[in-house]
Amino acid sequence: MRENVVIRTVSRLAVPFIQLFGLYVIAHGASGPGGGFQGGVAFAAAFILMIIAFGVADVRKRINNRGIMIFSIFGIALYAAVGLLSILFAGNFLQLNVIEAALGIPHLHGILIDIAEAGIGITVMAIMISIIYDMADTGGGSA
Amino acid sequence: MKTKALIAVIFIGIILFWAVEDMPAFGDPESPATSYTGEMYIQETQKDTGIANIVTAILVSYRGFDTLGEVVVIFTAGISVALLLRRGGRL
Repeated sequence: MRENVVIRTVSRLAVPFIQLFGLYVIAHGASGPGGGFQGGVAFAAAFILMIIAFGVADVRKRINNRGIMIFSIFGIALYAAVGLLSILFAGNFLQLNVIEAALGIPHLHGILIDIAEAGIGITVMAIMISIIYDMADTGGGSA
Repeated sequence: MKTKALIAVIFIGIILFWAVEDMPAFGDPESPATSYTGEMYIQETQKDTGIANIVTAILVSYRGFDTLGEVVVIFTAGISVALLLRRGGRL
């Protein structure tokens, strides 16, 4: 399935900017409006546009079902790893301020929050793409 | 059956509009939502976490465990959609 040349050209131009905006929203979670949930959905929207313009089969070559599973589990694991890191510094699970107090690096708390937000973003992005794949599938041999 | 449903809807609607009277006014500084923990978050977030966005500080730092649960919920929902809709192939 390939749509006409205008749709393909415009989406090829728009996709990198949408992805960049998604990454910007995730990365600015600590210092401005944004966060993992919103940024992950914005990043997945770029993939949805690619599915509309180029078809599911073309997009599946870039990120397949196995990749989606790996990404979605990696996001949760990244978040939980940040939480477990604070146990190493004699705090409670996800008590991030003990790490900054122990290491003495300024703004470390915000950096850890950004890492956790990135984990949220990766999981949300992968799950959104997975849902779109399953709904766009025609049930033919493409699965 | 339709008249019973209509009566039930109107009755619940009257109760809800009655309850609106007791809600605090929009932007009321004395309302419960802005007076106890809200004030605490605004005063303490910069000192506790050192980040500028109070919403993110509450989401990931003060209520981090809750947000971890939310991410797991999204993950579970996605797995469920895949199990229900995906034809053939492996997860």
